[in-house]
Amino acid sequence: MKYLDEYRDGRVARKIVDEIQRVQTKPWVIMEVCGGQTHSIVKNGIDYLLPEGVELVHGPGCPVCVTPLEMIDKAHAIARMPDVIFCSFGDMLRVPGSEGDLFTIKSEGGDVRVVYSPIDCIKIAQANPDKKVVFFAIGFETTAPANAMLAWRAKQEGLKNVSLLVSHVLVPPALAAILQSPENRVQGFLGPGHVCAVMGYEEYEPISAKYHVPIVVSGFEPLDILQGTLMTIRQLETERGEVENQYSRILDREGNKTAQKLVFQVFQVGDRNWRGIGTIPHSGYHLRSEFADHDAEKLFDVAQIATRESAICISGEILRGIKKPKDCPVFGTLCTPQNPLGATMVSAEGACAAYYAYGRHLNQSKGVDVPIHSVGGAA
Amino acid sequence: MTRNDSAANAPVAAPSSSSFSQNPTTEIPNPLFGSCPLPIFQHKNIVLGHGSGGKLTSELIDKVFLRAFANPILDKLDDQAVLQINGDRLAFTTDSFVVTPIFFPGGDIGTLAINGTVNDLAMSGARPLYLAAAFILEEGLPAEELRRVVESMGTAARKAGVQLVTGDTKVVNRGKGDKLFITTTGIGAIERDVNISANRARPGDKILLSGYIGDHGMAIMSKRENLEFEGAIESDCAALNGLVDCMLDACGAVALRQNGGHPLHCMRDPTRGGVATTLNEIASQSKVGMFLHEDQIPVRESVQGACEILGLDPLYVANEGKLVAIVAAEAAHAVLQTMQNHPLGRDAKMIGEVVSEHPGMVRMQTRVGGTRILDVMFGEQLPRIC
Repeated sequence: MKYLDEYRDGRVARKIVDEIQRVQTKPWVIMEVCGGQTHSIVKNGIDYLLPEGVELVHGPGCPVCVTPLEMIDKAHAIARMPDVIFCSFGDMLRVPGSEGDLFTIKSEGGDVRVVYSPIDCIKIAQANPDKKVVFFAIGFETTAPANAMLAWRAKQEGLKNVSLLVSHVLVPPALAAILQSPENRVQGFLGPGHVCAVMGYEEYEPISAKYHVPIVVSGFEPLDILQGTLMTIRQLETERGEVENQYSRILDREGNKTAQKLVFQVFQVGDRNWRGIGTIPHSGYHLRSEFADHDAEKLFDVAQIATRESAICISGEILRGIKKPKDCPVFGTLCTPQNPLGATMVSAEGACAAYYAYGRHLNQSKGVDVPIHSVGGAA
Repeated sequence: MTRNDSAANAPVAAPSSSSFSQNPTTEIPNPLFGSCPLPIFQHKNIVLGHGSGGKLTSELIDKVFLRAFANPILDKLDDQAVLQINGDRLAFTTDSFVVTPIFFPGGDIGTLAINGTVNDLAMSGARPLYLAAAFILEEGLPAEELRRVVESMGTAARKAGVQLVTGDTKVVNRGKGDKLFITTTGIGAIERDVNISANRARPGDKILLSGYIGDHGMAIMSKRENLEFEGAIESDCAALNGLVDCMLDACGAVALRQNGGHPLHCMRDPTRGGVATTLNEIASQSKVGMFLHEDQIPVRESVQGACEILGLDPLYVANEGKLVAIVAAEAAHAVLQTMQNHPLGRDAKMIGEVVSEHPGMVRMQTRVGGTRILDVMFGEQLPRIC
């Protein structure tokens, strides 16, 4: 289809891969920041197309994955309350907390609803004035404007029964944390296209300059990712460390000023705990005090539940690009999307879950690779 | 025993279908580690995912139903039972329909109830003959809506050449049902010398798909969730027995010429769980691998667009008027051509082939030239956050 097919063209992909091969003289480790990019890479087999020596490692940009377990438990405790309608994006429903997931809570009688837009909560709240409508506002900068709009409209319209359980995180502090780590392997980044569509890429320039690292803001289609990889390798091979924009059909340096204005009206920056990584200073959004009446953390008295992460899970290292899913001894065996042990397996966009969904665990056990061009048939 | 849709307000369209045709799975619960403590397989209650057609459904069938009912006919896990009675072969199947909304672009719960059961019979090579229908009505259902549904059942039955010969009606209290549930049971005669079963795929066989995928699932979802996509998506709901008849004719000619076994090895309508799930079931039951070519799989722009927006994969979205057939290579082109000459197979494609490598696994060459594996879905496909 138009605007999609041209970014999935196998012949163009081949040309870009050939060009990567031509310019690359040594091995490079490049991190794609977004979960959506990871998903696209594994789904389309892009990592298999790249020449040896170009390694893609998977970044922290899966918002569901990095939502801390204690926040998920808090959400579940609220969702279990009889007078609550708990609304969430779809992929949060299967994420297990300490006692089951939102599907389980729904099967036990909890009113859990999937919404496609946070604004849907306004209608639900108007139709159910005797219920408290709580929205699980998670995500990176990408979802922040729509989530902010819910808080803003709830306040404007005096909808006392709408609140947000906010667990918002920000990309630039996470990139800085990865680069500061003594174990860091990442030499260049495919920057987060959707995040930058909202925020622009100006705020990445100081990071790129300080660590002398290429950051190429890239899209999500196979050719976007291949072109972004080529641009990153060109920089690396010529010892440049700049911010470049591969995704210029969508975004510019400034981003969406209207969206940013709304976000800063509603949210303020503060520390956030990232699942698998830990607390990163100034790495998330919290509701401003003017919106306290719509802040679920303040409205619902949910006791802190002590949580414990698996000792064996390596998701923290995967999220920082130090390891890959296949480095984990329990990937695909004890740890599966049905029974995830940690951050990168809990959501479809997590690196481990993406590897699992596209059968990368099966390669290991059954060990057969069909040479793609030797199988005849329909193509 | 049979198909049961995920319930009315499921987050993702998973329209009615499919029987016990699921792969048993053996998941290992994890008692060793601290985090994410509840293995989802230890559900105390039924969750929507148990009706998704994915791994949770398999588990329910394997651990609950098969344990109670096991017998050689059921154990084949086909979409219909093939019965030998006094030398005659009969196909027998049943299916429950719980779709919300009951009216949708391209059809309604009534047309689904007829066509779904007709298709399950036809997939065994049977000529569908008689249906039974059981209605569970919720108190307060407008009589006019029931009349419309029943009328479209009549029309669909006439079109498919079957008669509805017996039935039952129950009414439940308001709030105890979702307007209207229909169960249809069907019987058909297998008059040709065919042996179609999910365990008959052989390396070298070609995989044929009768047309555009994902139309039904996305039509239901757009209507259910009030998603306004440009250009309405219509359900593909249709009875496929006419198309199957033509395919068997084409196969018959080849079989006669080559004097071999019947070349149509497996046939299924990829309803709940979509094409990917159906092919996984066949690969697993036949102990063969499959290799697909993404660029040959027909997906309408409107469906592709809707799936892109929601983060869904059309290969896992339900169809109600499509079939996949696994056909011996020597007959494949003749069958494909016959399909393309039939109105319901106009857009048919050869999408891949059966291979001896990686048994039980479906692999696909992606449009961009990489490869990926199409695994069985766990539960519902969930719209992604961004």
